[in-house]
Amino acid sequence: MDLDFTAGEGEFRQRARAWLAGHVPGQPLPSLETREGFAAHRAWEGELAADRWSVVSWPEEYGGQGVDIVKWLVFEEEYFAAGGPGRVSQNGINLLAPTLFDFGTDEQRARILPPMASGEVIWAQAWSEPESGSDLASLRSTARRTEGGWLISGQKTWSSRAAFADRAFGLFRSDPAVDAAKPHRGLTYLMFPLDADGVTVRPIGRLDGKPAFAELFLDDVFVPDDDVIGEPGQGWRIAMSTTGNERGLTLRSPGRFVATADRLVRQWRAHGGPGDTALRDRVADAVIGARAYQLFTWANASRFAAGETIGAESSLNKVFWSEYDIALHETALDLLGAEGELADGGDWAEGYVFSLAGPIYAGTNEIQRDIIAERLLGLPKGRR
Amino acid sequence: MRFLLDDEQREFARSLDAMLTAADTPAAARAWAAGDFAPGRAVWGRLADAGVFALAVPEEHEGMGLLPVETAVAFVELGRHAVPGPVVETVAAGALLSRLAGLGDAAPAKRLLPSLASGDAVTTLALPEGGPFALDADAATLRLTATGGELRLASGHARVERSLDPVRRLARLRPDGELLASGPSVTEASRYAADWASLATAAQALGVGLALLDRTVAYVKQRTQFGTPIGGFQAVKHRLADVLIGLEFARPLLYGAALTLKTPDVAAAKAAAGEAAYGAARAALQLHGAIGYTAEYDLSLWLTKARALRSAWGSPGECRRLVLSGGRGVG
Repeated sequence: MDLDFTAGEGEFRQRARAWLAGHVPGQPLPSLETREGFAAHRAWEGELAADRWSVVSWPEEYGGQGVDIVKWLVFEEEYFAAGGPGRVSQNGINLLAPTLFDFGTDEQRARILPPMASGEVIWAQAWSEPESGSDLASLRSTARRTEGGWLISGQKTWSSRAAFADRAFGLFRSDPAVDAAKPHRGLTYLMFPLDADGVTVRPIGRLDGKPAFAELFLDDVFVPDDDVIGEPGQGWRIAMSTTGNERGLTLRSPGRFVATADRLVRQWRAHGGPGDTALRDRVADAVIGARAYQLFTWANASRFAAGETIGAESSLNKVFWSEYDIALHETALDLLGAEGELADGGDWAEGYVFSLAGPIYAGTNEIQRDIIAERLLGLPKGRR
Repeated sequence: MRFLLDDEQREFARSLDAMLTAADTPAAARAWAAGDFAPGRAVWGRLADAGVFALAVPEEHEGMGLLPVETAVAFVELGRHAVPGPVVETVAAGALLSRLAGLGDAAPAKRLLPSLASGDAVTTLALPEGGPFALDADAATLRLTATGGELRLASGHARVERSLDPVRRLARLRPDGELLASGPSVTEASRYAADWASLATAAQALGVGLALLDRTVAYVKQRTQFGTPIGGFQAVKHRLADVLIGLEFARPLLYGAALTLKTPDVAAAKAAAGEAAYGAARAALQLHGAIGYTAEYDLSLWLTKARALRSAWGSPGECRRLVLSGGRGVG
């Protein structure tokens, strides 16, 4: 057991650090939940991609550097320590791409991944529906067979990034006969352009009014067979591999929290440090939480490297980081005092609003706790 | 970077677990609380045979070398089995004497470490970093105290006071007694030993929390109300899910701290493990109901220890201060 990075990992860290020092914007980019900010972030994705830093863990043929999970974690640490902007392409990179690697065709990977890596095509996720949130198997949007493809209809909602994104991916009911006992049967996973005929995008303002997500109204939108992922009807199984990624370590790398906790400590010292012990304890808890999450992730990475797989344990991860993220930002706002109320008072306010969504998306924390209790502790399935 | 216990370390945990399961540690703990140390000493002897007290003693003093990861592994098991006695203090005393030898004062190490490593000396230890009381001073055969840069063999102890955890017997050591060493090296060795004590206590707390969770999960599966196991109720499931999250995120802090042995890392592990174990205790009591509130039920051994370990060798507030200040004697 050790925490030592290899010489190769150290060299990779130095190379990443040097590149980031020369490229990370000196001023924070405008919020990626605005049109202006979305464009600025898209341009940043392109700059990253030009030197193969946008998707370091992907194979080289798709724009990556083919590095393993430890180097990916190293890159993420350096990225956030350098003040790298939030990634507007993360839905595609973290949710769709792993699915394409596992279930896509060579043609799909060659066509979809490089423009995803460069920010040329930004992806939105289209999982939820008005009556179907955590209970994804209850979704009702349909895919009907037609010449050379499918016609999709229905309504998706809470689609992150969809206000300004180019394409979306989601699940559709391709077998209209729903077996009440097995509602996850007969779903198909497919991709579609947000500017296609029959698509209406209605941006939804989140708590701070920024259009971080949107409603999608779909009226017989044509999707060619080439844009179906895996076998029609197998969408549930395919999607589950994606949501596992979302809850697991790829969505929230520890580097982000380590960097944010460091920033909190600097701010606490700038405000005079030890005076208020209640606040001091919360700052310390932010440091402890970031370290715990980092080490927990390293342990998981070590397990991956040893050939193990992670299953329901990803639910521990999801509940931890989502609640930690809120506590971290609440502490920062409390430290700011009256100025913490200012919506444009800096990254803390934007980060706070963003953090509030954590326990809600990617499967609510209530559902995650059920998974932990039933699959990790072996408690009986029971009344919800 | 390979942040996983190796096969040997896991095997060490398994063998301690099997040995302690066979040793009926709850009975030994109850006897210890009543002042009958014989069953506890028998467990102690088996722990010594397994090498537990040699884990913070260099090989030249008949130890196994300084092995903080193995120490953490062992103390998780000691916590899971509610082992009585000054186990933390004995290992920390080993670290103190080893460090003192490393700083040039080898005489106390030569004299005391072999019997400490072999388990013959049941050792308690009072340090400025650890609060006013020594644990189990009446059961210990060796009582060390370091204050004001002086390490002494205490000449005796004051009256034994009741702890919230009846198994932990607390007493102040007499400040006089034979002087073993003095000077800045004693202060430095004392700080070093306090980190070992805090690390071992964090591990013990994690083990206590794991035992509480295991017992509670088993209980809520078989206990029925309204015609169904209470473990099927979402309120119960969610509470236990939170307990597991607390424990599983304290665990990597513990092993990370064992690898670095830096004071802020140890303090972070102690704070997290203490809170996680205490959260487990609160949930365990609530979900057991009145049976959990009784002294006769074995759960009480872990319930009260979770609270006591929270403040032993670094209170939550002190640990958090150390996390931010960067070390003992700083800020």
